[in-house]
Amino acid sequence: MSKPIWIARDYAACSGCKRCEIACSLHHEGWMWPEASRVRVFMPFPGCEVPHLCAQCNDYPCVDSCPVQALSTDADTKAVIVDREKCISCGKCIKACPGQVPILHPGDDKAIICDLCGGDPECVKVCKEAGYNALMLVEEGPSVHRRLFSRNPIEVAKDLAVLFFGEKGEEVI
Amino acid sequence: MPGGYAGKFLDVDLSKEKVEDTTFDDETLEAYFGGRGLAAKILWDRIGKRWRKIDGLDPENIFLALTGPMTAIYPGARIMCSGKSPLSNGTVGSTASTEFASEIKMAGYDGVIVTGKAEKPVYILVTDEGGEIRDASHLWGKVGEETIKLLNREVTEELAKRKPNVGLWKEPGIIYIGPAGENMVRNAAVMSKICHACGYGGYGAVMGSKNLKAVVAKGRGKIPAVDAPESVKLLLKKTHEHLIGRTTMRRWGTGYAGYAVGADTSSEPIRNWQEEWHDEKSMGGPRFENRFWVKKKWADFGCTTNCMKISCIKTGRWKGDITDMPDYELEAYCGTNLGIFDPGDNVHMSAVIDNLGHSGINGPNTMGFAAELYQRGILTEKDFGFKPAWGDAEAMTKLAWLIAERRKIGRVLGEGTYRAALKIAKKKGMKPEELLKYAVHVKGIEIGAHGTRSDADYTHDISYAASVQGGDHTSVAVDGFTEMSAAVFTDSAVFCNFCFFGVPQELVFDFAKAITGFPITQESWRRVTGPRIVTLQRALLLLGGPDVTWKPVGDDDNPHRFYEPLPTGPYKGSKTDRALVKQKRKTYFETLGWDEKGVPTKETLKRLGLSDVDPLMRKLRK
Repeated sequence: MSKPIWIARDYAACSGCKRCEIACSLHHEGWMWPEASRVRVFMPFPGCEVPHLCAQCNDYPCVDSCPVQALSTDADTKAVIVDREKCISCGKCIKACPGQVPILHPGDDKAIICDLCGGDPECVKVCKEAGYNALMLVEEGPSVHRRLFSRNPIEVAKDLAVLFFGEKGEEVI
Repeated sequence: MPGGYAGKFLDVDLSKEKVEDTTFDDETLEAYFGGRGLAAKILWDRIGKRWRKIDGLDPENIFLALTGPMTAIYPGARIMCSGKSPLSNGTVGSTASTEFASEIKMAGYDGVIVTGKAEKPVYILVTDEGGEIRDASHLWGKVGEETIKLLNREVTEELAKRKPNVGLWKEPGIIYIGPAGENMVRNAAVMSKICHACGYGGYGAVMGSKNLKAVVAKGRGKIPAVDAPESVKLLLKKTHEHLIGRTTMRRWGTGYAGYAVGADTSSEPIRNWQEEWHDEKSMGGPRFENRFWVKKKWADFGCTTNCMKISCIKTGRWKGDITDMPDYELEAYCGTNLGIFDPGDNVHMSAVIDNLGHSGINGPNTMGFAAELYQRGILTEKDFGFKPAWGDAEAMTKLAWLIAERRKIGRVLGEGTYRAALKIAKKKGMKPEELLKYAVHVKGIEIGAHGTRSDADYTHDISYAASVQGGDHTSVAVDGFTEMSAAVFTDSAVFCNFCFFGVPQELVFDFAKAITGFPITQESWRRVTGPRIVTLQRALLLLGGPDVTWKPVGDDDNPHRFYEPLPTGPYKGSKTDRALVKQKRKTYFETLGWDEKGVPTKETLKRLGLSDVDPLMRKLRK
């Protein structure tokens, strides 16, 4: 039985290789399909790469927003689970999400959200294998406010730009 | 459809504002694979018969941005740019790592083929819905950083408008030109991601000649299906194991060579190749790393080599400059070749060159050439409007702008080193050879930052002299056999050579076979496919253009400077061995089935399926 887990992120460590997208889509879609990946790396300016995925907000606003109860939380991992049969592709979960993390699948328009691969996330494995550790698995209770990580990736990238480029970073994105 | 291909190419005529899809049959794809190989084939089929009459900057020329069947599947996705080169009058396959490559595949296209000339500046947008020509007037004149910022915003906003409900749109993949390309500086690069460049061949100028500021792609589809998916997954895992094992390359990239290639192998261009040795420890990696590297592991799509490192200057007069490491080539060409040995000045020059869309090798080659003419009093302060003194980063910055904007002597220097030498000679009433002896190029392509005089680097006697891509250090001539399964292959399969080195070739060719289903091997590339591509490139190179036609054998040689003895360092007195060049060039031609002038024989053309090239070669054999 899995414990509650969480994928912590260190944006500055992301190399931008997007192997997380490849690994995620290989696992969930059977083939490489970056736009159907549950983690997507945004790069609004070269160098400012932001792996964007569900942060598992403590209050799960997406779950509450769903008009057809297609979203729920996994009893073990606490990941958000989408019932694809029920999903009506309304996009309300996207709007409810503070970071606009969910997307509609490019194939069938159903909402897709990270399901933590049932407890052993593929994205974390490849990131660790390459030594980047931009994505790390945390196997402990919610000691941080996860919701703070659910943030528009362009806003995160703007912060990274200043971190990397100083004053110049204020104007590149 | 063989595996790995999206299945169609976008065919754009900018003069007629016509955009349509085109395909190639399986036999053509198997014979030329993709990228560099397919580019040569497309160029031959479409404009081969009129080749000599077409200048690289004429609307009739074709700009190609192609992927290959391995792009975005094998680690390190790249795009290959080609066309008739405005420098060599032949073809060059010039590659750069960029998300444009993976995005265009996901949009369902293997590449774009662009002919004609737009009336006003445009860019091409490629999405799952197809291609479209869009206004780029507001982007014209913009440097790299600004172009990326504006296009990322504009395109994501537009796509979100078209499909507002699907969630956040990620930025597109972009290849673009800077002011240098816009003003048709003949050796300008096609740029991506601020500092990644298809640098050789002058395809930035070709885009500029078409009023084409950028090509932008955003796809939501799958990476193309492959012939043997389970094998591909396994091979991918194995390949990454090899790449992840390359500790030093991953840790420092080529950023340490700025010192080593000067001090150890004595093959680094210094002050326009007047010297190739230095012991300036300031050009060593730690000075760059500790002061300027803000991101030490930077990678492109699917890459675990992450040899790129991002530099930023945060204080002083160059504050706000952003570039990659610089990598070795730009440490040399934007550093030592300009007499610059200060890491900060080097990072700055690299950022300037990138932003202007100069090729980081070829542009500063011309700048070094100009600075030497100033040193020798052939060009004067009046020609420039300032003094381009060695090591003066401020003056070199002005020079980079002068060329990009084609002002004063920059008008002439923007023709590339070779043509500039001829024009300056004429202007100054000198003999061409008096100036060509300072022009470090082979067949119009300025030479990469690896000399041949010490013979201690990987580049030797015929590396450039016999190469169909002239001075291109990424695809040198070796023996007419082994290199066919190296750069000729990776430029056609289109993935990064730094994800190729360190991986056993058997594995790479198993990978190629598992993706495409073609019965290809290292041997088949060395004996048939590689020679087919190079022979076609050679034929086009020999046909030449309206302004320059190369003399077989005579021009299959090194620049004058490579035969001058090295003046300093451990290899003092060494020079490239003329007799060896002559002998190895002869063997090279024989191995590839070319005659003593390097013209492909009738039998060779027949064997490689190129018999339709023979009528044009017949005249050259006489």
